[in-house]
Amino acid sequence: MKTFKFPMRYVPISATILVFFIVYLIGIISFQNFGSPKVFLDLFVDNAYLGIAAIGTALVILTGGIDLSVGSIIAFTSILIAKMIASGCNALWAIALALVIGILFGMLQGWLIHCFSLPPFLVTLAGMFFIRGCGFIVSEESIGIKNDPVFNFIQNDLTIKLGKGMNLRFIVIVYLVVLIMAIFFSQRTRAGRSIYAIGDNELAATLMGIPVGRTKIMTYTIAGFCSALAGVVYAVYLKAGNPLNCVGLEMDAIAAVVIGGTLLTGGVGYVFGSLFGVLVLGLIQTLIVFDGRINSWWTRIIVGLLVLAFIFMQNLITKISKSKSKTQ
Amino acid sequence: MNKSSNKFRHLVWPLVSLALLLLFNAIFTDNFFKIEIKKSDSAQAVQAPSVPVESPQPGTSWITPESYDNAGDSAEAAAQAAADGVEAAAQAEGAVQTIASEAEQQAPVKKDGKGVSIFGYYLYGTPIDILNQGSKVMVLAIGMTLVIATGGIDISVGAVMAIAGAIAALLISMLDAGNCIGAGMGPSFYWIIPVLAALLLATLAGFWNGMLVAGFGIQPMVATLVLMVAGRGVAQLITDGQIITFDNPGLVFLCNGHALFLPFSVWIVAAMYVIAGLLTRKTAFGLFIESVGNNERASRYAGIEARRIKWLTYVICGFCAGVAGLLAASNIKCADSNNAGLYLELDAILATVIGGTSMAGGRFFLSGSLVGAILIQTLTTTMYMKNVSPAIVAVPKAMVVIIVCLLQSPVFRAKVLSIFASKAAKGGVQ
Repeated sequence: MKTFKFPMRYVPISATILVFFIVYLIGIISFQNFGSPKVFLDLFVDNAYLGIAAIGTALVILTGGIDLSVGSIIAFTSILIAKMIASGCNALWAIALALVIGILFGMLQGWLIHCFSLPPFLVTLAGMFFIRGCGFIVSEESIGIKNDPVFNFIQNDLTIKLGKGMNLRFIVIVYLVVLIMAIFFSQRTRAGRSIYAIGDNELAATLMGIPVGRTKIMTYTIAGFCSALAGVVYAVYLKAGNPLNCVGLEMDAIAAVVIGGTLLTGGVGYVFGSLFGVLVLGLIQTLIVFDGRINSWWTRIIVGLLVLAFIFMQNLITKISKSKSKTQ
Repeated sequence: MNKSSNKFRHLVWPLVSLALLLLFNAIFTDNFFKIEIKKSDSAQAVQAPSVPVESPQPGTSWITPESYDNAGDSAEAAAQAAADGVEAAAQAEGAVQTIASEAEQQAPVKKDGKGVSIFGYYLYGTPIDILNQGSKVMVLAIGMTLVIATGGIDISVGAVMAIAGAIAALLISMLDAGNCIGAGMGPSFYWIIPVLAALLLATLAGFWNGMLVAGFGIQPMVATLVLMVAGRGVAQLITDGQIITFDNPGLVFLCNGHALFLPFSVWIVAAMYVIAGLLTRKTAFGLFIESVGNNERASRYAGIEARRIKWLTYVICGFCAGVAGLLAASNIKCADSNNAGLYLELDAILATVIGGTSMAGGRFFLSGSLVGAILIQTLTTTMYMKNVSPAIVAVPKAMVVIIVCLLQSPVFRAKVLSIFASKAAKGGVQ
């Protein structure tokens, strides 16, 4: 007789989804209107940029690396776009330039990490300092984006109206499209599968003939692109650029990825999980806003505890699966 | 001879970078090496900030030796300045004494362990300032070096600094208001309570990190991430989201006071360096750390308590973070949970790596870490003196970090060497 076995690798992501629904239920029980679809949609609107950044972070973490330059690239991109628009440049050119810079910067980081075997932690750390400083070179003050035709077009005409005052904003659509593309890429393409192989065991991947260097550089390039895109979304979301924005956002992105069930050692996890990681972070914030009595710094503590819980769970799972493979 | 050059090889690149920076300053920055001797009037300055400390009044507390604009060697200049200053001080002693006593009569200075810095004189100038401002990163780097040597990393030190500063500021404000045990000791003594509490809490935080890493076997980066994310929340909780200011002379003395011609913080760094050095080089502890960093399993089989060693390094790192947090709070006389120690964990790691300690663990150089910290601070100060906005300082800092890391990367060296080798071969053919 065959008994149904729940595959071990789905445990973390199921736990994430469970946590999401528990937090959501708590919200619905405690507060009126928490369950309204508008609140749910706002979760996506408010966290679209974090979600896009988390996709890049998830891919990098799957290779066993880490990317700390995320928040700085977002700040740099948003201020660059705002500055270019303020000085009379077409917004589309500004966005294109910002994305290209993000891609090139990611590529440079990947190249340094792979070709000189420098620790990813250090390279992206230096990258974080560098690009944050570049943001301040562009402008030291916040710049608003006012009456730009492209931004107005994105704001007004690309929003899908769902009725009852609910709008599916374009940035949410961008996030979902990028997420689906990333899921497809990581699960169904050769390059995506190589990422898992490298994260699991780099030496073995090399011996198998997987192009380790190319894949790693590509992953950091994608991460750079995702960060830059998150910056564009952030600029659209806030209609402004500020070089001081998003300090420490990389840690939120990493926390979202960890809560999303990805192992920080690499090789285990799903990009899809980052969606729920981001939603859980967003839900906690929304809960605290709804409550109004609790101070917002509880967010940090709760997020820290959640990260801890997931780390413990993953440690346990790794140990169990290791002891299983030994007995078999 | 050869042995000694090997022993100090890790210091070569950091020292060369530092020397280049100092040379740049010697040529392009006016008065960079100008060190002056000043009568300690910080007590008055602290109590009455309206007194213009900077304005030199003839014959009062200022003795200005000749400036050393183009001196190449800072240490030499410092020594010379000190010598000159002492001489000048001896000459002007009478005058200063009388004026000082007059000042005391006019505004009685509390002699409460602060302000009465030994001999009452201290050095003052850009190099001293670099040491004072760099003291936080230097203290952090000592702890970080030990952690990195075991193959770990502690990215929570910035948050632990915030916690330490927060608890110290909270307790001192409670003591000032008289609602805490020990308030009866009076403000000149009870500052020791917040200091001890902050160090205890920071050590506990280090214990927590050690428990996660050594006790539960979680990777160091992940384990310390938890405290990094949550730590600032805890600090906010302690201070209730406020920025608590304090003016207790004892607490302020830590980073603003002077003793034996130098800022007190420099002596703290020196003491911690000496203790850490003795602990690691005169006992087997250092050897254990290196062996655990090299191969944890092998050292466990060799009978070393690998877990306990790792645990201990995190505890020490937490303690160092506590000291750095106290220095940071003392420097600005308040506890700012959001910004205290922000990104300092990165500076500490950079200082350690610049100093030649390998991120993979297995070997460590405390002296290198200190030089790395001074290098980072010198770079920052140089930028400030060149009128670069503090925000943009990050750009050259990042570049220096990458260059130093590349110089230390064996792969990079091999590649550069092979380029030179092939060029030489081509030259030979032609």
